[in-house]
Amino acid sequence: MSNVKPTISKALKKNIRRNFVERLIEWALMFSGLIAILVTFGIVYILVSESIPFFDSVSLKEFLTSTIWTPNFEIKNYGILPLVAGTVTITGIALIVAIPLGTITAVYLSEFASHKVKETVKPVLELLVGVPTVVFGYFALLLVTPLLQKIIPDLASFNMLGPGIVMGIMIVPYIASVAEDSMRAVPMAMREGSYAMGATRFQTAVSVVMPAALSGIIAAYILAISRGIGETMIVAIAAGQQPNFTFNPIESAATITAYIVSVALGDLEHGGIGYQSIFAAGMVLFIMTLSLNILGQWTRNKFSERY
Amino acid sequence: MVKKQEIIKAESRNFNFFYADGTHALKDINVPLYEKRITALIGPSGCGKSTFLRSFNRMHDLYPGNKYQGKIILNPDDTNILDKKVDAIEVRMRISMVFQKPNPFPKSIYENVAYGLRVRGENNKRMLDDKVEEALKGASLWNEVKDRLPDLAFNLSGGQQQRLCIARALATDPEIMLFDEPTSALDPIATVNIEELMSELKKKLTILIVTHNMQQAARISDYTAYMYLGKMIEFDETDIIFTNPSKKETEDYITGKFG
Repeated sequence: MSNVKPTISKALKKNIRRNFVERLIEWALMFSGLIAILVTFGIVYILVSESIPFFDSVSLKEFLTSTIWTPNFEIKNYGILPLVAGTVTITGIALIVAIPLGTITAVYLSEFASHKVKETVKPVLELLVGVPTVVFGYFALLLVTPLLQKIIPDLASFNMLGPGIVMGIMIVPYIASVAEDSMRAVPMAMREGSYAMGATRFQTAVSVVMPAALSGIIAAYILAISRGIGETMIVAIAAGQQPNFTFNPIESAATITAYIVSVALGDLEHGGIGYQSIFAAGMVLFIMTLSLNILGQWTRNKFSERY
Repeated sequence: MVKKQEIIKAESRNFNFFYADGTHALKDINVPLYEKRITALIGPSGCGKSTFLRSFNRMHDLYPGNKYQGKIILNPDDTNILDKKVDAIEVRMRISMVFQKPNPFPKSIYENVAYGLRVRGENNKRMLDDKVEEALKGASLWNEVKDRLPDLAFNLSGGQQQRLCIARALATDPEIMLFDEPTSALDPIATVNIEELMSELKKKLTILIVTHNMQQAARISDYTAYMYLGKMIEFDETDIIFTNPSKKETEDYITGKFG
């Protein structure tokens, strides 16, 4: 008896090395996660701290209600509305293009395409995601706008329509890919239930699969809106960088991102009010995308799949 | 054996089925479905009973490469429903199906039941109201849901969802109903409800049911087919199958020697 006991207690002894390694891995994983969070907080901190001096010289009321944005002129005006109007208009045009095209593509890929077609089309579509946006920008400026000018003679060389359409094409794969994933996740049993009732493929797709995948489809749209609002190069190249307060797509305009990038190119001196204005504009951009993401989360929870 | 006055509603003749990968899943199946009777398909997992059941409403059409051979006849006019000229969607109107797990659509209770009529283009509100009520009554669910027809179907309990699926299948006035292990995902009380419902339904229509539960087959069916490895081993009146089967394999399965 007495010579068995120590053997067991030795075998059961805590493995210090293993525990240490486990703990180390846990910390490493947590640290990787923390970096992303820290960066986000860093961004918020910079935005807020650089915007505060801006709002010392420009009132919040002027910033939000004035319709003139002329930071480079003798008489400086800082009304964010022209930039917001440009952003909203171009994103709106992009969505008019991207939502139908992306949704239809997703329905086709998930419900109609044969395995072989799907395996070919999806990678090609995802290739479109990899195209640098500067290429899309010149595509809008040098190809789409001249083509559109043949139909609409009044169209300015720099306008919102061309970049809007091109941005829409750029967003299609985002919508198609996310929406297709959520439609494919709908259980086969639900589709079979619909087919067994004598529904066609199209009826099944529209009245059973799409409602079942609604949360994912809405999430795809919201992702697309965020992507559109944040898009910079296409609009900076093809929309003209003129902060006009207009929703007319054939006129030129600037978006929030286009303004920020123009400052980054060195038109404004560092530390001045014009420089600080990009942080105020960035703040607006940040709030817009943040609220969209929150809305996305909310719809995801509200319409979460319950099959 | 089979009583004389029975009418054959549907029948498989030398029916073979091949999956897209070439598996010969069903071999020369000959089974009659008698009108207003319940026929049960029993047998160990993988014996092909669900595959056979799903041939009756051509569910296999949904997956490319599957192949039927032989005939499944639908009476009174001796139509082979597997014929290329026969429209699978029309077949599914007449031969409806209830699945293993309740699979309501992400819609209201009302719209779930109305679905089969809606896909046929029926939009008359009065007509739909009547049909929905009739189907829900037929599935003995009406009293439980009549005050909350606009509620989402997912809010119902599992047993209620399955009865909703039965109501959905009833709404298009089918001649035959296929049940693919309809109670395997339900608790005992819900199971009893569904079984009683099936006995009620057979007054109006013909039923084919796949079940893993031999007691269930014995309780509710009039005829039983025992299948094994894609073959139909024995078909007879349920009482005979369970008390005095003529084949040794059937007896072994019934008595639990294997399976």
